[in-house]
Amino acid sequence: MMFAAVLLACAVSIVMLVVRAAKGPTAFDRILAVNSIGTVIILGISLHGFALGRPEFVDISILYAVLNFLGTLAILRFYRSSAVDNEDIV
Amino acid sequence: MVEFWVNVFLVALLVVITFYIIRLKTLIAIVALSGAYSLTAAAIFVNLDAVDVAFTEAAVGSGISTILFLAALRYLPLEEAHQTRYPRLSLSLCIIVGLMLIIAAFELPNFGDPNAPAHLHVAPRYIEESYPLFHIPNVVTNVLASYRGFDTLGEVVVVFTAGLGVITLLAGSTLSMRFVKIENDLDKTNKTSKEDA
Repeated sequence: MMFAAVLLACAVSIVMLVVRAAKGPTAFDRILAVNSIGTVIILGISLHGFALGRPEFVDISILYAVLNFLGTLAILRFYRSSAVDNEDIV
Repeated sequence: MVEFWVNVFLVALLVVITFYIIRLKTLIAIVALSGAYSLTAAAIFVNLDAVDVAFTEAAVGSGISTILFLAALRYLPLEEAHQTRYPRLSLSLCIIVGLMLIIAAFELPNFGDPNAPAHLHVAPRYIEESYPLFHIPNVVTNVLASYRGFDTLGEVVVVFTAGLGVITLLAGSTLSMRFVKIENDLDKTNKTSKEDA
């Protein structure tokens, strides 16, 4: 029951983050929102593992955290290297 | 029950993300959203107990393809081109193919059905024999590494060769560019030093 409640909280926050990623006035809002979606999904996977009695799923969430970080880092590097002089993108 | 509702929520999320990917015009936001899309799809695979597929989806879809798209974006304009004509033919073709796929999906066996053809062929043998023979707890790893070892070796060789080729191409171009730049800089410093002298 407690796990279900926390999963529900994760679901609500993902919905709000998707709305932010879609509406987001600047591209940085979108990047931050997408990164946070990844974080909440990682949280959801670990919770789901514990709720079903399979705590090995924590390994998967660690891998996802690394990939999520790498993706965000790549997007931000793209910004620094190519779009600094282009103001209308943000 | 929890699993079912988690799946319903995640699939609904995929639909919403796809809708926004189609509607948005800023390419970098589209790339970021497609990364979120494949992370969500990987979460669905975890929920369906297909952990190895989820690993692949997360690594390829969310990690590598985001970075590849971004590398390609450097050669593209930042906004999607404004589209004036609507391709009716492609839209109707997509809808027809989608409907055919949905109709075909009704013929599939139910999820987890023990009498499905895929579960009757060699799967029981793998499940019963693999652990006593090889002592690897995960059946999927066991099949890939032991029963289909040569197949997996071939795949690894192919992927390694492809990666080597890509690295050679990319590193070759940047290295030569770097040498050209160093030579130019050297020429400049030589000229300035001569002028100083």
